[in-house]
Amino acid sequence: MELELRKIYIKDIVFDEKTHVDSGVLYINREEISKLILEDERLSEVSIDIAKPGDSIRIIPVKDVIEPRAKLKGEAFPGIDGVLDEVGRGITYALKGCAVVTTGPIVGFQEGIIDMSGPLAEYTPFSKLNNLVLSIKKKENVSPHEHEEAVRVAGIKAAHYIAKQCLESEFDESETFVWNDLSVKLAEYPDLPKVAYVYQCIAQGLLHDTYFYGRDAKEMIPTLVNPLEIMDGALVSGNCVSAGSKTTTYHHQNNAVIRECFKRHGKEINFIGVVLSPMTTVLNDKYRNSIITSRIVEMLGADGVIQSQEGFGNPTTDLMMICKKLENKGIKTVLISNEDAGVDGKSEPLPDGTVEADAIVSTGNSNANLHIPKMDKVLGDLDALEHITGGFEGSRQEDGSLIVEIHGIMGSHNLQGFSKLGAVTK
Amino acid sequence: MKRIIFYTNQFFGQIGGEDKASIPPRIEDGAVGTANLFKDKVEGEIVATIICGDNYYAENIEECREFISREVERLRPDLVIAGPAFNAGRFGIACGDVCSFVNDKYGIDTITGMYIENPAVEIYKSNTYIVETGNSAASMRKAVPRMAALANKILRKEEIGLPEEEGYIPKGIRVNVFHEKTGAERALDMLVKKLKGEEYRTEIPIPVYDKVEAARPIKDLKKAKIALLTSGGLVPYGNPDHLPAATAKFYKKYPIKDIDRFAEGSYESVHAGYDPVYANENPNRILPLDLFKELEKKGEIGSLYEFYFVTTGNSTSVADATRMGMEIAEELKEAGVDGAIMTST
Amino acid sequence: MTPISKTVGAIRIVPAVAIPYPVGNPNESEEKEREIRERIVREALMSLVKEY
Repeated sequence: MELELRKIYIKDIVFDEKTHVDSGVLYINREEISKLILEDERLSEVSIDIAKPGDSIRIIPVKDVIEPRAKLKGEAFPGIDGVLDEVGRGITYALKGCAVVTTGPIVGFQEGIIDMSGPLAEYTPFSKLNNLVLSIKKKENVSPHEHEEAVRVAGIKAAHYIAKQCLESEFDESETFVWNDLSVKLAEYPDLPKVAYVYQCIAQGLLHDTYFYGRDAKEMIPTLVNPLEIMDGALVSGNCVSAGSKTTTYHHQNNAVIRECFKRHGKEINFIGVVLSPMTTVLNDKYRNSIITSRIVEMLGADGVIQSQEGFGNPTTDLMMICKKLENKGIKTVLISNEDAGVDGKSEPLPDGTVEADAIVSTGNSNANLHIPKMDKVLGDLDALEHITGGFEGSRQEDGSLIVEIHGIMGSHNLQGFSKLGAVTK
Repeated sequence: MKRIIFYTNQFFGQIGGEDKASIPPRIEDGAVGTANLFKDKVEGEIVATIICGDNYYAENIEECREFISREVERLRPDLVIAGPAFNAGRFGIACGDVCSFVNDKYGIDTITGMYIENPAVEIYKSNTYIVETGNSAASMRKAVPRMAALANKILRKEEIGLPEEEGYIPKGIRVNVFHEKTGAERALDMLVKKLKGEEYRTEIPIPVYDKVEAARPIKDLKKAKIALLTSGGLVPYGNPDHLPAATAKFYKKYPIKDIDRFAEGSYESVHAGYDPVYANENPNRILPLDLFKELEKKGEIGSLYEFYFVTTGNSTSVADATRMGMEIAEELKEAGVDGAIMTST
Repeated sequence: MTPISKTVGAIRIVPAVAIPYPVGNPNESEEKEREIRERIVREALMSLVKEY
């Protein structure tokens, strides 16, 4: 399996009569995008804006962020917008340095903030991208589940469409990823430790779901996946477990652990497999999935594993259960988790633990506060703040500034280790 | 010129040994006893030395605090230095208490020094700077420059670095930082080391929770008063008291005396950690008030406490949850409640 | 969340159905759901009279 990723670096984004890319500038025809989105009859209107790094713009409440990608032959985002067919091979075009951001009146809790400048910008990777912001409204009788789906699909559709208009344009960089079958992999680097990635994804209901080839992960048991298909949008986000923890579709497409494993493959490790492990709300599922996941890893013959999760609280239990089983099989683990050490940092950082979890990377204390100034423009809906995790009554200060918890910032403590945020004990 | 108050005990204050451990607090001008060792090393003037017997402090904490408060208000120091207490338990408690309450009450920076096993360390480490010292006064020569160095950084209002760098015992406070490398890079670094059998350091130590002692069982349910609680965020419709969707720092109680169950549409879930659809359809799925009311009517339980308690157990910190638990327990005890049932989501 | 309850030291723990409906099960018929609910409540009360 071989995937060539052709990257086009976007340095600017403007509205134009034709959607296309030229010399690093992405041109967008607003009406085309609008028409595409409103094809879904559940939606009533969409306003389209541009938010660039350094702008005094606040986007709230953010639902998803998607990197525009399209395949030269075949379709990305299979099962959601693309035709349901196998992906992860051939040639894929990716528009780097830009993203589609969906926002609009709130579906439910835990949708977050992106500030394009100011102190919050440091905490979210999306402040550094040229963003096409879609503020989407639904029609009256649309249920919350339908609302979520309509907005989720709209973002994917827009990102897919934009990338399709850029196929065969000049690209800036090409990176080829190769994924051989196990017989080749095991023979390739016999002296390097075999490392697998346990990719835990949340599967817990409205705004807490993930989709694999369009399939609700709640209805899946753990399975071996091809990391190259993840790069083609096989895994799509349907969740906002706390904006800080939310694995946006962008994070899936650019999974940091997968990227790092490929970097070190053949040098420090032999990257042999990725196991997608859904986390549900039912205790027996957690027991069962931890059995299946650890057994798949064992069958791969892995020496070590990186585990990532999504969410916090009950997902930490899945993290620890799987860790315990792996360590007891003699497979070494490193876990990635955030902390809820209280606003003063004095509280116990994790809600669950097991003695075998002796190697954990922290993506920061999510309860910590940040004081952020007013922005000139708000895209979306500022009143959403009090309903968002990390926002609370009293968040809004008299001078128009806000106090938010790290929890409320989009991608701030991303649990696949995308960001540089961490915590130390002082 | 920055002003410093020094605190020490009867021995290091050159008054006497164990026989003088019960002397009440007194204050002398300038540096007295051990304070003299710091005099030329600190970037400030030691304007006064407070001396108190270790036993006296332990037995008269309020009075000693009042004494010290008066002197602090009179002398307006920029810093208070206490000890070092090394491994001395009572002296450690006194130093820890002085540093802790002065910082709390006046916001004045404080610093002391102790051996890591001094029992006062666990109690006071997060409220002041405790420089790590050897276990006896024989290590005074090493302790003083270390304490002075940190004291000067504090006086100069410089940023205080990590415990390992500055020589103080970790306060146990988690502080966010931006690392050089991403979480994924650090994870792979850690795994490669672990696989090679090399030393690595976890970024989050695994929590160790306090042991909870089981309460005595209820003798007769038919006579028992039972209280109901939930961390599922179930509140009267409209969330009148704005219970947050997550990271709750407070709880609320609502009356259940005059209802038979939680009626659909009158109550809702505001907990952001789960799909509320099923709770909103039938709130009794979150807290089975209907079933408990039936049991009360049938006489299978004595009575239900007239309120139910609710908070949102979503990313709520352990410290806040512990505090809330203690407050609720107080109220239940006062009300003569025998048992409590809590549902969690 | 039984495992977390155990970790933080809770003693009298009764496993519930699922996170969005600890004392309920919307996937079952009304009678079945009632049975399940009554069982959980009974278990909880029994644990209050049990010695630990």
